[in-house]
Formats: sequence, C-alpha cells, structure tokens
Amino acid sequence: MSAPIRPGDADVQAIVDRGFGSLAGARFLLLRVVDGAAARQWLASLAFASLAQAKTQRLDRVRQVAFTAAGLGALGMPPADIAGFAPEFVDGLAGNPSRSRRLGDTGPNAPEHWLWGGAAETEPHILLMLLASADDIAAFEAETLAAMPAAACTLLLANASNGTLGREPFGFADGLSQPEFDWDDRITPGGAPDRIYRNRLKLGELLLGHANEYGFVADYPQANGLGLNGSYLVYRQIEQDVTGFWRWLADVAGENGAMALAETMLGRRADGDPLPGLDAATGDFTFGSDPDGRVCPVGAHIRRANPRSGDDPNGRHGFFADLISSLGLKGTPMHDAVASARFHRLVRRGRAYGPMLAPLDAMRGSDAGAESGLHFVALNASLSRQFEFVQGAWVASAYFAGLSGEQDPLIGGRMPDPGGRATDAFHYCTAQGDPRLLTGLPRFVTVKGGAYFFLPGLGGLAWILNQ
Amino acid sequence: MVQQRHVFIAAPLRQETRAELETLLASMNRLPGQADPANGVLPFGRLDGLHVARFVILDDPSLPDRAALGTRLPASEPVYLAFIADFDGEEAAFLAALVTLADAGLRRIFAHCSDFAPDGDLLAWLRDHRVPTAANYVNWIGRTTRQIAEEQALHDALRAARIAQPEASPEALLPILREAARAVPLTPIPAPGPGERVRDAFDLLLLPLIALIVSPLLLLGLIPFILWLRWSETHAAVLAPVPDRARNNMLSGIEDHDITNQYSAIGSLKPGLPRRWLTVVILWIINWGARHLYPRARLARVNTIHFASWTFLDDKRRVYFASNYDGSREAYNDDFINKVAFGLNVSFSNGLGYPRTDWLIVGGARHEQDFKRYLFHHQIPTQVWYKAFPGLSNYDMARNARIRAGLEQSLSGEALRRWIAEI
Repeated sequence: MSAPIRPGDADVQAIVDRGFGSLAGARFLLLRVVDGAAARQWLASLAFASLAQAKTQRLDRVRQVAFTAAGLGALGMPPADIAGFAPEFVDGLAGNPSRSRRLGDTGPNAPEHWLWGGAAETEPHILLMLLASADDIAAFEAETLAAMPAAACTLLLANASNGTLGREPFGFADGLSQPEFDWDDRITPGGAPDRIYRNRLKLGELLLGHANEYGFVADYPQANGLGLNGSYLVYRQIEQDVTGFWRWLADVAGENGAMALAETMLGRRADGDPLPGLDAATGDFTFGSDPDGRVCPVGAHIRRANPRSGDDPNGRHGFFADLISSLGLKGTPMHDAVASARFHRLVRRGRAYGPMLAPLDAMRGSDAGAESGLHFVALNASLSRQFEFVQGAWVASAYFAGLSGEQDPLIGGRMPDPGGRATDAFHYCTAQGDPRLLTGLPRFVTVKGGAYFFLPGLGGLAWILNQ
Repeated sequence: MVQQRHVFIAAPLRQETRAELETLLASMNRLPGQADPANGVLPFGRLDGLHVARFVILDDPSLPDRAALGTRLPASEPVYLAFIADFDGEEAAFLAALVTLADAGLRRIFAHCSDFAPDGDLLAWLRDHRVPTAANYVNWIGRTTRQIAEEQALHDALRAARIAQPEASPEALLPILREAARAVPLTPIPAPGPGERVRDAFDLLLLPLIALIVSPLLLLGLIPFILWLRWSETHAAVLAPVPDRARNNMLSGIEDHDITNQYSAIGSLKPGLPRRWLTVVILWIINWGARHLYPRARLARVNTIHFASWTFLDDKRRVYFASNYDGSREAYNDDFINKVAFGLNVSFSNGLGYPRTDWLIVGGARHEQDFKRYLFHHQIPTQVWYKAFPGLSNYDMARNARIRAGLEQSLSGEALRRWIAEI
C-alpha cells in the first residue's frame, strides 16, 4: 500500500500491476455481445478498479475488463478499421493455421477441439475478471450478472478458479517469476549493462504508449486515447492430467523418486526454491553458472519460460572484450542460443481451477473426479515478440536452446518434429553428474480454450463505451 | 575438401502465363511452399549433394518506392523467375546432373521465361542465365550432404543404444555405444589439400593486402566519405509501411512447416554511384568474412543460418537476399536485431527506405518496428523450397559432428559425461 501514486495510475486497470493474492476467489466471465449499444450501456454502469485505487485502499472486490477483436467489432469498433492494433490481436489466437502451428496448438491441442475460442460461435467478445474473497466471489458474480440486461450479452462460460492461490494443480508453487517494471522511466536500454540479465523492464513491454526495451514507443491505437495504458491479455485454459503426471513419475522413478524427478523437470523445488547449486536467492537466480544444464536441465520448464539470459552470454568485460564477443569470436554457439530474455517476458495473472490432489494420492491412482488445470492469463505489449515468441520458440519448440527431440517436459504437446522424429525426450543430469535421457514422456496438459484480448486503460475503456 | 557452391539462374518471366507457372510450381509441393522431394517435375531428393534449393518469382513489391521517394530510378524492372541452389562440389557437374535428372521438367518451368527456346540446348541456356552472387554464406564450409546424413545415422544409432540402457553408468555405456557405432558407415572427411590451403591463404590475405595498397586513397577519401555519408544518412527517407495482414498471412502460410525456413527479399539500392560502390565493397567484405572469419557454425553471433546470399540484379540497381534459417520469422528478426544489428545495418542500409542509421552501423535495425516493417515490405514468397534434411537444425548438425568427433577420442570422466549427454 506504500507504493507511490503516479499520474497514470488512475488510467491503468489494477491487474497490470497487482495479482491480488489476498483475494482467493476468481471468476473469468466470457461473454458474447448481443446488442452492442445495450452492452456498452451495461458495461459503463460497472466499476473497474484502477491501479490508483489498488494503491490507496484495500479492495475487497476487483472487476477488470478486456475485449477480443470480435468483441470490439460487436461493440461497433472493428479493430481492423482502427490504426495501431497488433495484427496478431486482430487475427486472434485461433485465427489461422500458421499461428496454431507456431504455437504448438496442433493435434489434441488444436483449436478445433477447444471448448471455447476455437470457432466463431464459441469465440468470446468480452472477458470480465472478477476477484473477491472465496466467500464473497459467488455473490459478486451473481450481482454482476444480475445487472446485465438480457438483451445486452449472453454468458458463454463462467470459468471459476479453485481458490488455491500460489499453487498449480501438479502441486508446484506458481506465478513466482514476474518481471518488474521501470514505472519511473529510469532505464536507458541497449547499452553494455544489458549484456547482463535484469528483471526490471521498460514499461513499454507491458503497457501501450510507453517506451519499450528497444527504447521506442511501438505503434498502438492512439486516436482518442484508445490504446494508451492498455495491454494485450492472453488467456489460455490448460487442462492438467494430474493423476497421469504423478503416476508416470512414480512408474519411472518410484514413489520415493517421483518428486525429485518432477522438480528436475520443473527446474525448481516444488515449493518454489531454486535448485541447490544455482546462485542467489528465490526468484533472483540465473543459469549463468550452469550453461550446460548440469544443475537445472536446459530443457526444464522454468528455463524455457524464462532463460534469464542477458544480451551476451559472455557477460560484460570492458569495451574490447565485449567487441570480440559481439563479433561472435568468443564462446560457443550452443551457449549463445538463447540471448536477450528482456525482449520476451510476460506478466502472469493466472489462477488454478479444479480440485487439488496430493502427489502421493495421485501416484496411487486417485482421481479427483473433476478436471483440474490452469486459467493461464498473461499480459504483454507485443503479442508477437512476447507471448508468441515465448510459447513458440521456447516452450513448445522441440529446438529450444539448440536442443533436439524434446519439448517442455511439463506442457509440451509431444507432436513429432517435421523430420518425423519424436519430441518426447528429456535430458538431465543426476545429482552424481551422470547424464540421463528419458523418452516416451506422455502429454500431461491439453489446451481447452483461449483467446487474445485487449485490456484497455480506463480512458480507452471510456472511449469504447461512450463512442 | 568438398566446397559448397551456390548457383543463381534467373530469366525474365512471360507475364501472360504467370498463373500457369504458379500452378506448375505449386504442383511440385507437398505442403504450401515446401517441395516434395520426389515431385515429378524436378525430384530434388534425387540430386546428390544438394542442400537447399528454390524457385522464386522475383516480383518486387517495393518498386513503387522509387517514385514515392522521388528518385530518378526507372519505374519498372523485369520480373524474373529464379532457380537458386546450394550444393556440394563443382557447378558444372551439378548443372549437368540437374539437366540429366529433369530435362523435361526444367523445360516446362523455364518455358515461362521470355527468352527460352523450347528445343534449344537447356544446359547452355542455364549457364547463360547464371547471375553471379556478390556475397555468399555457408554455415559449415566443407560439410557435405553425405557427411550430414551419415552423422545423423550415427546419432540415431547411438541414441537407440543409449535409450536401451537407461540406467547404465557412463563407463558401462561407452563400449555399448562404440559397438553400436561400428554398424554405421562413416566416410572419412577429407582435409584440405596443399593447393586448397595455398588458395585459401591467398584469399585470406587479399583483403588486408588490398586495404594496405589503397590505404593512402582511403585516408584521402575518408573526410569526403564521412561528409557524404552523414549527409546521406540524415537526408534519406525511411519507408517502412504497416504490414498488410492478408500478405502477412500468405507469407506465414509457407513458413514454419520445418524448423528451417526460406527467406526471400528484394529491393532497390539508394540511387547514386557512392551507394553503389559502397554496396559492392561491403558485400565483397561480407563474402570474404563469411569464408575466413566465420567458416563454421556462426555468422558473427547468429547461429541459425544454413545458407545465405546477396545477389545484384539489373545493373546493380537492386539486390536480392536469400536465406535458409532455423526458427520462425519473428525469432529470426529478433535474433538478428539483438545480436548483429551492426551487421544488418552495414549490409542493408544502402537499401532504399532502410531505417535511419548513424555512422553506417548505429541505429537502423535497432528501430525494431521500422526494421521489421522494412523487411516485411521487401519480403517475397518463395514458390518452391527444398531442404535435404527436414527436421535438422544447424545445432543438430553441429551436435552430430561433435558426437562423431568424440567417437574418435579416448573419453573418460567429465569429457565422457559431456559426450554422452549430447546423444
């Protein structure tokens, strides 16, 4: 609550800077517009929390809003006619097969199998995110929907989280590694200091209308303040096969070894601590001391999601040494496969859903009886350079960091590579330093839905609703 | 040592049958833009030593820039059909094999060129339509398709043996792996002969030698050059229009079917003799550097390019750039901007409309959005693209070479563990 209030805070939806971990209840209401004017009128009557409010008061109820491209069209504002919207947003997450191919949304993960977002008739227009205490969230949802005129919108889905915060259904601590932002515009990016990894990013990597990590303000819908302080929100519903995951681990490593192997695949301890042997404290380590993945496998989940690499794997050693390194005359290609993480970061605001099962129960075959998974929600300013890059080139890729034949051990889709070779392997080292190769990893997660949304600033929202 | 060569054959297209040509080219593909190695027109897969090849219609969408930026360059240029290939060994042998394999198919394709004689000498026509490439990059000089295929077979055999022994210690695994390797034939890799070494050394010394000889001239010309460059840089207009979504989706449709993608881009040079000379010198230096500074695995810090080339067209008014790179287009662009913006600026900033540079290497590609839009503005679809080794990245090929090298050493301890970890 002690964070300084900046002039723009009143224009920013609070979720961009706050996870609201104290509010355990969450609903993701996916709506379709029936009557644009009625929908606008209804939305204009709702309150949406700003960052300034979140900084000055304790909010018991938080409501946020975002729109798909189809949604803006249904509200009378087709984004293809407005200069500055990202083409990926206008196309949509499931908009064309080339995108699905790049993102690994193929086979069982293909949009044609999705519950929502995969076809025109299941595409949401509006996302209302509701956060409140676990006791209050149902009432908050009911009140919000009761105020909705039947003529305005139809409710496609009301996705609920399970109220367990900070853990995802496999049982791992989640949402730990988040970028920080340079709200006061102090960083000048691109110089020699950026050869070393930093977690603080230019605000333009999160909010439209601000300078990004290249030092420029990228295009955004400027007219009428529509895009300023907005962001793009990626929402993917990911089903997790918790029983299948732990049973497979128990089969491979035994009940006693399952957790250690799971942590190796994850790349950190289940409680969130870094694997012993990496330098520094929780959330603040890098893989610089472990270039070959002896401690944390190169293909481990957290290393794929954020390789924590600076602009130069050789670091910063003065002008001439840096020059030699820049010319590619130092180090090896393998160790320089993944550089400049600062251009590819995401803010995550996801919440778990479904029953939570203890690993040991899952290993012994218990089935929770209902689907579990993650409502993965991420914010970024550039869908192509941030979300699509991380998902396509890092997480889903069978070629991440020069590896081959393996995808993310937790969330890979396991489709064969273009040469027909399997992608279901995982390389790691035992504590004794012996290399191990696991093959035949099953698919543990399935994409069940998803869409790209535009999360406007509050000024932009007012323009959308009052145009 | 077997060298990798590059051939670029281009001839003006008969526009009136262009649709027919595009249908014919599309019939050679198994997926959009991806050649069927066994297609009936030109079965690329049967050409020994062929790494990558493409048919591309050089139809320049950026020609209107010339008028838009008020240059006195001609408003139009021919539309060419180009055949481009990177292969092992000598060009004459490759062209002869090409004609022997697909005489009829090649005639069907090149019949759409305006000066093609249907009953003439095909081989002579191809030779006559070669266009010299100004700069050429090969990821791994001397690595033949045979070597790549054998080393991949080796890796496959070792991996199968390793998977069969999941719990074995490295020391126990080593003899098993050696045994598995024995079943895989490996042709010895020839070392460069004395003649090649001399030629290579001479070629290496050529650049410093020329630089030394012309250094008095360079010194004299330095101040006028800098004045001209700074004037030119501060007065050149940038042309980086917002990408058209439909065209972007058309280009994406032929991408990401393999880990490797093709890239084709075409554009005009800024007008004037100084730009023309500067481009000639820069591409000559790039060609020299690609051979002597970056003969293996990386071009500066970029590790993802298999083959790339820069070719002048139309009396050096235009340049065509071809690349074969690993990863998606966006990742390729990012990798370039983040690692070698200076190199992009040097090699492309003579292009009409390129994002503003300072001192030839500063700025330019660092204007990320403008740079990506400039590239997109000049990118053209490659109608047919062939790659001999689907699914194999540069990293895979380099790893396979390391695995083979490890077999020939006596390994123990840490080195043994490192070697096994790569299998």
